[in-house]
Amino acid sequence: MHARATVTLAQFQDAFSRALSGEPAQADAAVATLVAQPAFAVYRNTVAKGCIDALQANFPAVARLVGEEWFRAAAAIYVANERPAEPSLLAYGESFPRFLRAFPPAAELPYLPGVARLDRLWTEAHVAADASALEHSAFASLDPELLGGAVLHPHPAARWAWFDEGPVFTIWRRNREEGADEGDIDWRAEGALITRPEEAVRWTSVDAAGCRFLDACAQGQPIAQALEAALGADPDANLVRLVSGLLAAGAFAQLTLPSRNER
Amino acid sequence: MAPLLTAGLGLKPQHYAEARDCPAAGLWFEAHPENYLVDGGPRLRWLGAIRERHPVSLHGVALSLAADAPPDAAHLRRLRGLADRIEPALVSEHLAWSAWRGAYHPDLLPFPRTNEALARISSNVSAAQEALGRRIAVENPSHYLRIDGHDWEEIDFLSELARRTGCGLLLDVNNVFVSAANLGFDAKDYIDAFPAAHVMEIHLAGHSLDPALGERLLVDSHDAPVSEAVWSLYARLVSRIGPRPTLIERDDNVPEFAELLAERDRAHALLPAPMAKAA
Repeated sequence: MHARATVTLAQFQDAFSRALSGEPAQADAAVATLVAQPAFAVYRNTVAKGCIDALQANFPAVARLVGEEWFRAAAAIYVANERPAEPSLLAYGESFPRFLRAFPPAAELPYLPGVARLDRLWTEAHVAADASALEHSAFASLDPELLGGAVLHPHPAARWAWFDEGPVFTIWRRNREEGADEGDIDWRAEGALITRPEEAVRWTSVDAAGCRFLDACAQGQPIAQALEAALGADPDANLVRLVSGLLAAGAFAQLTLPSRNER
Repeated sequence: MAPLLTAGLGLKPQHYAEARDCPAAGLWFEAHPENYLVDGGPRLRWLGAIRERHPVSLHGVALSLAADAPPDAAHLRRLRGLADRIEPALVSEHLAWSAWRGAYHPDLLPFPRTNEALARISSNVSAAQEALGRRIAVENPSHYLRIDGHDWEEIDFLSELARRTGCGLLLDVNNVFVSAANLGFDAKDYIDAFPAAHVMEIHLAGHSLDPALGERLLVDSHDAPVSEAVWSLYARLVSRIGPRPTLIERDDNVPEFAELLAERDRAHALLPAPMAKAA
């Protein structure tokens, strides 16, 4: 037992951490007598279960699509290589969509990484800062000459994504909504807009022009440039309807005018 | 004057509305702050709404006070922000570690109670109290492993920690019961020896048998009602030390709110009346 005295707290924690995910037979001498006790499995299991439970909570549409058993098996592999870095598990799984993209058993489900990304964007919207959504009336008092130079600022909870690979948004919403439509899915590219204008997170589809417009706004481009970007994605886009739809969804928090010397 | 806390309940999202509206006298709620370290949104709004009607305690699980490293400064800042917003009646953490060299292990991990560990943990508790601007209570953990190389008995370690840092202690009676069964000591002796003056809060929870090892290993699973053995240890404790804020914890197999409230009422009924002397 005298050997114990030479194990510092840091050495103990290095060895214990490794033993939580490593092979029992390879445990470091500092914790070998602990790892040999059957009760060591309680720690191993609690840590793994805590991480897998968090992933399942953070990616509910993925879990519903593939079933709990498949999900937890895939999550266990992810968890073994990607321990949470943050003490809050709400943020855990940032790289899970990427993991699924490279996960051979998911190759048959090309929409799965996109569905995971939407689950992630939902969480980001859920915990984002509070702000009032900008209303149509914000434009009423604006001098029309200044409109093109004004900047629309996305709401802190607004998230959007375009999916070239297929109807990811339709698949995602069918696995997040109660009593969702179960008809045939039209296999085409889609965009999604997730917002939280009031208390609850909401979602709606958005076209490629809308996504491009939002990207430009997020970069701080003035409305005239953002509209040009939108037309780049779809030359036939109805710009009035596009902006009005985004406003109605609660995608923006603020409208700022260019400062005098920029006009 | 701070409100007098009697018996409270762990806050579960599925019970937010019932928690807010429950009129039970002296009722309070305990939340894991890690679930509320967000910029905004419905979670924070709910916690604020509940706080408007009831005292709230913040019971952290991720500060990793027993790691051989100072507590994460960014995490402490966010905790402080939450505490300033919620104005908790109590703030507590565990005598355990979970974050180590950039990885967070979601569990309360053990360590040898050495002189070195005591010095490090004292410094960590002091740093946490300073950053939070509040006294915290440190909880006795559940034990599963026989660890060699302890310089200190747990009660002496906790007492000395309280003496060095001015922190309070949170006595989890279920953890004592589970540890006593797993390590083979008498839970009553531990309860009787625990330093009354430092106890800021008491926890009660359910445990279960390990699925693989059965009765040879109890797990602090928080997935069942408080056991009769733990109730009797609790009655023994409060009859010795007097009333302290007491929490019913339940994290898994969460039943209806009414069922948890009934357990809470049982703890409430066991608390000696604080004004008994004046009567």
